[in-house]
Amino acid sequence: MVVAVTGLVLFIFVIFHMLGNLQIFLGADALNDYARHLDELPYLLWPARAVLLAALLLHVGFSLALANENRRARPVRYVHGDTVQASRASRTMVITGLVILFFIIYHLLHFTFGVTNPEFFHLTDAKGREDIYSMVVLSFQNGWIAGTYILAMFFLCLHLGHGVSSVPQSLGFSESSGLRKNFGRFGNLAGVLVFIGNSSIVLAVLLGKLK
Amino acid sequence: MNFKLKVWRQKDARNKGGLVEIEAKGVSADMSFLEMLDGVNEELIQKGSEPIAFDHDCREGICGTCSLVINGIPHGPERGTAACQLHMRKFKDGDTIVIEPWRARAFPVVKDLVVDRSAFDRIIQAGGFVSVNTGSAPEANAIPIGKESAERAMDAAACIGCGACVAACKNASAMLFVAAKVSHLAELPQGQVERGARVKKMVAQMDREGFGNCTNQYECEAVCPKEISVGVIAKMNREYRQS
Repeated sequence: MVVAVTGLVLFIFVIFHMLGNLQIFLGADALNDYARHLDELPYLLWPARAVLLAALLLHVGFSLALANENRRARPVRYVHGDTVQASRASRTMVITGLVILFFIIYHLLHFTFGVTNPEFFHLTDAKGREDIYSMVVLSFQNGWIAGTYILAMFFLCLHLGHGVSSVPQSLGFSESSGLRKNFGRFGNLAGVLVFIGNSSIVLAVLLGKLK
Repeated sequence: MNFKLKVWRQKDARNKGGLVEIEAKGVSADMSFLEMLDGVNEELIQKGSEPIAFDHDCREGICGTCSLVINGIPHGPERGTAACQLHMRKFKDGDTIVIEPWRARAFPVVKDLVVDRSAFDRIIQAGGFVSVNTGSAPEANAIPIGKESAERAMDAAACIGCGACVAACKNASAMLFVAAKVSHLAELPQGQVERGARVKKMVAQMDREGFGNCTNQYECEAVCPKEISVGVIAKMNREYRQS
């Protein structure tokens, strides 16, 4: 239940984060303006960051503890095991989750703290604002960074596919099989949309559509 | 038909077990899986070796005693069917068939393919009952129950407590079993008195027995011989949240 609720919080953040970032397609002015507006709302920004950090820590902590219990619940494994209907995504949640965790750390070091690529950090645009647009574009012109981001989004897509469809089941809202099917579709769709939305930014830079 | 069986043999709970190859010869396609094992055991006894120990009772799919994992799937390849109702015509002549016991920390192996499922009994003792006055049987129509509630309660009550859900679950979780019992009793007026306390007590006992947790992969539903839907798990999660 804790994993479901914190997962939902993080999912909602992922959606808004993507919508914010997609403003890059409206041009440098729009994106830098958006970033600045966020910075001008500290009483909103910091509580939101605190909630997200708490949600992330609880999500990871509880998931790993549960996964450990699950592993211990079957000390002797099947010699010949089989799977009937559990999806690949559902069986790799711990792995995809840990990959995403490491990606989040890298992502923060990259764009929030400016540790990994300080040369693109603290640029300013013509109006004297922090130039987020150039930071993003210059970063993704590097094939390694771009590849890392797209790969991470693929893992996020798998993780969301199973995770989002599981939330209503864990909270007890999907008693009917029709609802479960639709929540399953919604989860997969959400995962794919997040993958397409976020990767489109990276691809647009790689293909030279954003300069 | 002839088959090559790979059967889990284990002397007792303390000894380590392993797969042993045994030939099953001259099997009729109309035999049930358990009858095939009976034939193998007869031959083993005639040869003076120890027969394969496996649980069975009614052999008509209603008692929930048989407990074989056949080629990695509890109760075998046929959906909605217990191993006793599975027939050899579902296999091809010459197939290799791997037979293992239920695998879960809460279901320790007693011998060969027999496991101790008393963890389920303790979960039922913790709350899977209704309190009624003893005496003569109550009049059947004294308590009216809506059609939909009655149907849902009957669907959940179809659970025969075999434990295939635990055996199939990647996490050895008992959620489908416990949820079937909780949903069954929560749907009916007779179950209302203990409703809130029941779900808490049964879930607490389930955790104490060392079962895993549900990660919504629905393997349980796929192997359940009574085709109990994971909707009961959603129902139990809601009952638990509201209790």
